[in-house]
Amino acid sequence: MNRWIACWNIVLKDMKAYYLKPPNVSWGLLFPLAWAGMFLIRSGQGVHSLVSVLPGMIALSVLFGTSSMLAVAVTFEKKAKAFERLVLAPIPLWMLMLAKTSGAVVFGMFNALVPILLGLVFSGLSGVAWSLVAPAILLMALASTYLSLLLAVLATEVFEVQTLSNFVRFPMIFLCGLFFPVTALPELLQPFSYLLPITYGVDLLHHAMGGEQLLSVGVDFALLAVFCLLLFAVSLRSINRHWIG
Amino acid sequence: MAPADDAVIRVRGLVKRFGDVHAVDGIDVAVSEGGFFGFLGPNGAGKTTAISMLTGLARPDAGSIEIGSIDCSRNPKAAQHLIGVVPDESNLYPELTGFENLCFSGALYGLRKKVRQRKAEELLDLFGLEGAAERKFSGYSKGMKRRLVIAASIMHEPPLLFLDEPTSGIDVESSRMIRSLLAALNRNGTTIFLTTHFIDEAERLCDRIAFIVNGKIVRDDRLERLLQPVQGRYALTVTVSGGCVVPYTDLQQAFPGLVFHETAENELRIESSKPLKAGLLVRFLEDRCVEVVEARKRQLSLEDVFVEVTGIGSSSMTGGVKEGRGRR
Ligand SMILES: Nc1ncnc2c1ncn2[C@@H]1O[C@H](COP(=O)(O)OP(=O)(O)O)[C@@H](O)[C@H]1O
Ligand SMILES: [Mg+2]
Repeated sequence: MNRWIACWNIVLKDMKAYYLKPPNVSWGLLFPLAWAGMFLIRSGQGVHSLVSVLPGMIALSVLFGTSSMLAVAVTFEKKAKAFERLVLAPIPLWMLMLAKTSGAVVFGMFNALVPILLGLVFSGLSGVAWSLVAPAILLMALASTYLSLLLAVLATEVFEVQTLSNFVRFPMIFLCGLFFPVTALPELLQPFSYLLPITYGVDLLHHAMGGEQLLSVGVDFALLAVFCLLLFAVSLRSINRHWIG
Repeated sequence: MAPADDAVIRVRGLVKRFGDVHAVDGIDVAVSEGGFFGFLGPNGAGKTTAISMLTGLARPDAGSIEIGSIDCSRNPKAAQHLIGVVPDESNLYPELTGFENLCFSGALYGLRKKVRQRKAEELLDLFGLEGAAERKFSGYSKGMKRRLVIAASIMHEPPLLFLDEPTSGIDVESSRMIRSLLAALNRNGTTIFLTTHFIDEAERLCDRIAFIVNGKIVRDDRLERLLQPVQGRYALTVTVSGGCVVPYTDLQQAFPGLVFHETAENELRIESSKPLKAGLLVRFLEDRCVEVVEARKRQLSLEDVFVEVTGIGSSSMTGGVKEGRGRR
C-alpha cells in the first residue's frame, strides 16, 4: 500500500512537471497531424481515405508521444541528481522504473487519441475492432517507452538520448509498415522490420482497421508482449548495474 | 576502537575503488544508537563515496554494511525505510514549490496526503521557510535550498539521518540554523551520521569523530578522548616580519614553562598549559629587534589534534563556524 502511494505520486509529479507542459502537448499533437497531412496530399485522395493511414498515424503518435519526454524525465533527472532521491526511496527498483515510465505510456496513449478522433470526425470509423485497437495501443506504448528507456540508460546527456532516439525512431517510420506494407520494402530490409516491436503493433491495427496483415493476432500480441518484457528487463539490469555504481 | 554494542550502523572492511583510485579503502565504523557521528576529512578523502554505499546509492567492492541489524551488503536498498539522506548537492525538483517538494518526498516514503501536508507545513515553519512555501525551488537561495533538502530528508521521521557536508557553501545564517536544528534532532533521539571538512563543526556537534584521509580512517574516537591531549592547553601563534632572527635560546631561558616551535618561516608557535600572556612575549621579542606582525592567542582544539594525527594543515580545511568557539 505504502509503495503505491510512492509510485502514484511519481507518476503525478512527472505528469505535472514534464508531460503536461504546453510545448510537449503541442508537439505531441502537431507531429502526427503533419505526417497525416503529408500522406493525404501525397496519395491525392480526400479526407475520407484517412482510415487507410490511420494505423500509421496512431503508431507515430504513440512512438513520438512516449519517447519525447522520457529522455527529460529520466536522463535530465539523472544528470541533475534528482534521480538519486528516487533511488534512495524504499521502493524496489522495478517498481520505481515502472512508475517513472508510466507517465510516458499514458502520454503516448493519450496522443493516439488525436488521430482516432480525427478519424471519427472525418470517416466515422465504422467496422473498427476497438477491442483490438485498445490493447494494441497499450502494448505499443509500453514497447516504445521501454525502448526509449533503454536508450536513456545507454546515454548520459539529454541531447545524446534525443539523437539516439531519432536515430531509432525515423527508420522505424519506414521499416514498421506505418504507411506502406512491410512486404513492399526491399527484401534485404524486411528482416529488420521483424526486429522492431512497432511492426507487430501496426500489424494489430491493420487487423482492427483493415490493411495488409503479416501475422495472426495471437502471434502479434505474443511477440509484442515479449518485446515489452525483454526491453524492460534489459533496461532494469542496466540501471541496476550502472546507476547504482 | 572497539565497536559499540548498541551500534545501529556497523561497517566492516568497506572498500570502493574507481579504477586505480581507492576512494574508500577498508574502513570500519560503528555508530551507536542516538549518537552524533562525524566523518571528518579533506576534499577527496572518500566521505561522499562512503555515504553513498551506506545509503544504497553505490555498491561496495568489499566489506559489509549493517543498518539497524539489517544486512545491506547484498541488497543496498534493504534498510532505506530507516534512513533519511541529505546529499552533498541540493537535488530537489526545481519546478516544484517548497511545499510540493516536501509533500513529494513524504509520498516517496508512503506518507498519506493529510500526514504529509501537515508535516510539510510543520517543517517549513521549523526551517524558517514558511514564507517561501509556495515559491519554486529553483528560485531559492543556496542556504534555503539546503534547508529544504534537510527538511525533505526528515519528512518520514527516520531514526537515522545521513548528511553529506550540509553546511558547505551556504550562508552563515543558514549554517547556524542547520547546526542548531541538527543538535535538537539528535537530542530528540535521531542518530546522526555527518560528514564535514569543517573541524570546528565536527567538534561542536559530534560526540564521536573519525578522521578520514585518502579513504582510510586514521583515528576514530569519542570527542572527549580526542580532545584529552589538548585539554587545558593554550597556544600563541606569532608572525614576525621577514628577515628577523628569532632568539629561540633567549626565549627558552626567559620563559622556561613554555614550549616553542618554529611552525613556518617567520612564524612561531608557543604552547603552554596556562593561559598565555601575549604582551609579555611580544615585548620580549620587540626588545630584541624582532618586529611582531601578528600574535594570535587561542585554546588548543580539535584542529590541533587533527593536524597532529593527519599531518594535514588546517588551512586546507578552513571556513567552518564563524561565530565564537564553544560546544552546543
Ligand atoms: N564516480 C567516480 N569515479 C571516479 N572517481 C571517483 C568517483 N567518485 C569519487 N571518486 C574519487 O574518489 C575519491 C573520493 O571522493 P569523494 O568520496 O567524493 O570524497 P569526499 O566526499 O571526501 O570529498 C576522490 O579521489 C574522487 O576523485
Ligand atoms: Mg564529498
